[in-house]
Amino acid sequence: MSFERTQEKLKILADAAKYDVSCSSSGSNRNNTNKGLGDATGMGICHSYTEDGRCVSLLKILLTNHCIFDCAYCVTRKSNDIKRAAFQVQEVVDLTINFYRRNYIEGLFLSSGIFKSADYTMERLVAVAKKLRLEENFNGYIHLKSIPGASDELMKEAGLYADRLSVNIEIPTKEGLKLLAPEKNREDFLKPMLKVKNEIIQYKSEKHIIKSTPKYAPAGQSTQMIIGASGETDQQIMWTSNYFYEKFNLKRVYYSGYIPISYDSRLPQIGTDVPMLRENRLYQTDWLMRFYGFKVHEIVNNEHQNLDLDVDPKLGWALRNMEHFPVDVNKADQLMLARIPGLGMKSVGKIIQARKFRKLNWEHLKRMGVALNRAKYFLVCDSRDFERRDLTGPQLKSIILQNSTSKYQKILSPQLNLFE
Amino acid sequence: MLITEEHTLIYDATFDGFLTCIFHIYELRLQSVSFQKSDNVQESLFGSSTEIVTDLQKADRVWKGLKQKSTAIGSLRLYYAFLSEQVHVESLLLVYIQQALRSKVSIESDFSNAIVLKISQIAKSVGREKHRMEAFVRFKLTKDHVYFANIEPDFDVLPLISNHFEKRYADQKWIIYDLKRHYGLFYDLNKVDIIYLTLPENFDATKTSIDYFAVEELEFQTLWQDYFESTNIPSRKNIKLHVQHVPKRYWKYLSEKLR
Repeated sequence: MSFERTQEKLKILADAAKYDVSCSSSGSNRNNTNKGLGDATGMGICHSYTEDGRCVSLLKILLTNHCIFDCAYCVTRKSNDIKRAAFQVQEVVDLTINFYRRNYIEGLFLSSGIFKSADYTMERLVAVAKKLRLEENFNGYIHLKSIPGASDELMKEAGLYADRLSVNIEIPTKEGLKLLAPEKNREDFLKPMLKVKNEIIQYKSEKHIIKSTPKYAPAGQSTQMIIGASGETDQQIMWTSNYFYEKFNLKRVYYSGYIPISYDSRLPQIGTDVPMLRENRLYQTDWLMRFYGFKVHEIVNNEHQNLDLDVDPKLGWALRNMEHFPVDVNKADQLMLARIPGLGMKSVGKIIQARKFRKLNWEHLKRMGVALNRAKYFLVCDSRDFERRDLTGPQLKSIILQNSTSKYQKILSPQLNLFE
Repeated sequence: MLITEEHTLIYDATFDGFLTCIFHIYELRLQSVSFQKSDNVQESLFGSSTEIVTDLQKADRVWKGLKQKSTAIGSLRLYYAFLSEQVHVESLLLVYIQQALRSKVSIESDFSNAIVLKISQIAKSVGREKHRMEAFVRFKLTKDHVYFANIEPDFDVLPLISNHFEKRYADQKWIIYDLKRHYGLFYDLNKVDIIYLTLPENFDATKTSIDYFAVEELEFQTLWQDYFESTNIPSRKNIKLHVQHVPKRYWKYLSEKLR
């Protein structure tokens, strides 16, 4: 391959792919077979981190940034005046293999602008994955983008070579999508997602009977939504997210704070801050839904359409539901322990193990790593010492905020600083 | 007044050597013990010192005894903690082992027990270093078609990462060399061996000299550096988080951080 040409393409097509935030390389079960290259079992590995603090685990590139669509929020949109490039199938294969051999990456995340048609594009993505698997005996991780509108046959084939498939719904509401990407409709996104979901279900049931059934997308499906581009509420985002988790068995939904890339009047203008704090709160909510046993409507609902920015969503929920507290850490079940602000699932696990040996007190909890500055108001343990005041939610909130500093302090208190 | 004499056990710094010491301690019912590694012996004014010769059978008996009192994860934790090479980690492990063997039930999940928590925390930091090395090894292709990487991990994690790399890079020859501890792993397409290298005097581990490395090696490093830059989103810049994930002490062998 010509070095200079590849170098230029790589710069363009990596730059265009970086707005896709998925970086996961975990959840697959692909072993190294026949002394080939690579292994995608076990946990994912982040090989590096960019200066924005995001993990680099896959070679994340577009096959091409030529696109027939003109979605307002997308940097690759047809009307945008940018350099265009396209990789050949073999170039992507060579880059992946050579990066992988040097332990730079866990595998490939291949997406693409849509050129000619959905199927034409999807075919080429599949061709790359197929070549890696069959010709290079590559067992590393492959994440392919499902192109909206791609045929069932192609999606079926894609899952045979990819570990994960994803299609980004991008805009959380139908109305938003109509406004910002009028050429697209939601059904086109859902069709490949549904096909992949059904194939995974079928694979799992056949696998029970015939062990040698070829793997189908073992790391499942994911999707992504852009946050803050179409005026949606947190409730709309999280309910949509919940819908996708439930209806399509998604492994992950990613939330991507909109990065202004256009002067289009329908969108936040260039120079507007990326809503990183909001994005963080949405991820916390996502975790509460997936790992902490919360139902989405407990956290965002018609009364609370948006998440608090100044406190995390679990603390927010606790402050609105003080009647559940204090919780006795020596007696409460796992689900209730998980609801105590300042306790992560790791601590919950440790508490449940440790309390079999003796009753736990403040010192034990502190040493295990519980964030007592928040937790102490919500629990009792083997000690006479506990919060006795009958504080209301708002009172407690102000006490906690006074005694803690957020890393987002600057965003939270936008007061004028005269002497800066 | 009863004077308990302190026994210093000198062993060869291996885990089997350490387990042999444990055997010895139980056999002779030693009360007050300290450990020294044979490559770093300091004369002590008081007490007696004994050189312990590593005995795989004795070590194995101790290990089996420990395994009966814990799950696989629990006993592996002891090995991880040992590899931390922390000063006096042997004494901490001894306390743990004595408690574990004395107790009727497994103590490994008793996180309200200070020694259990301590050992699990040390093991955790070793595990973190293992995972970091699985991430931060950067192979460079040599002229002899061997993928070569040098590392300087905080803890002695080579024994822990061997399997990972063997499974993953089954079709290429590779070497991972620990410059701090002066030994490495070499995979020759069949098995992994421990090797000791004499590196050339002018060898600079942070550079990729064409005296030793393939010409295409530099091209791929350049492509990787380009990729690393292009995939960054400047408007989300967060150096604090970046450094938290990739602490500065690792930068010198990470090709993407060398530009």
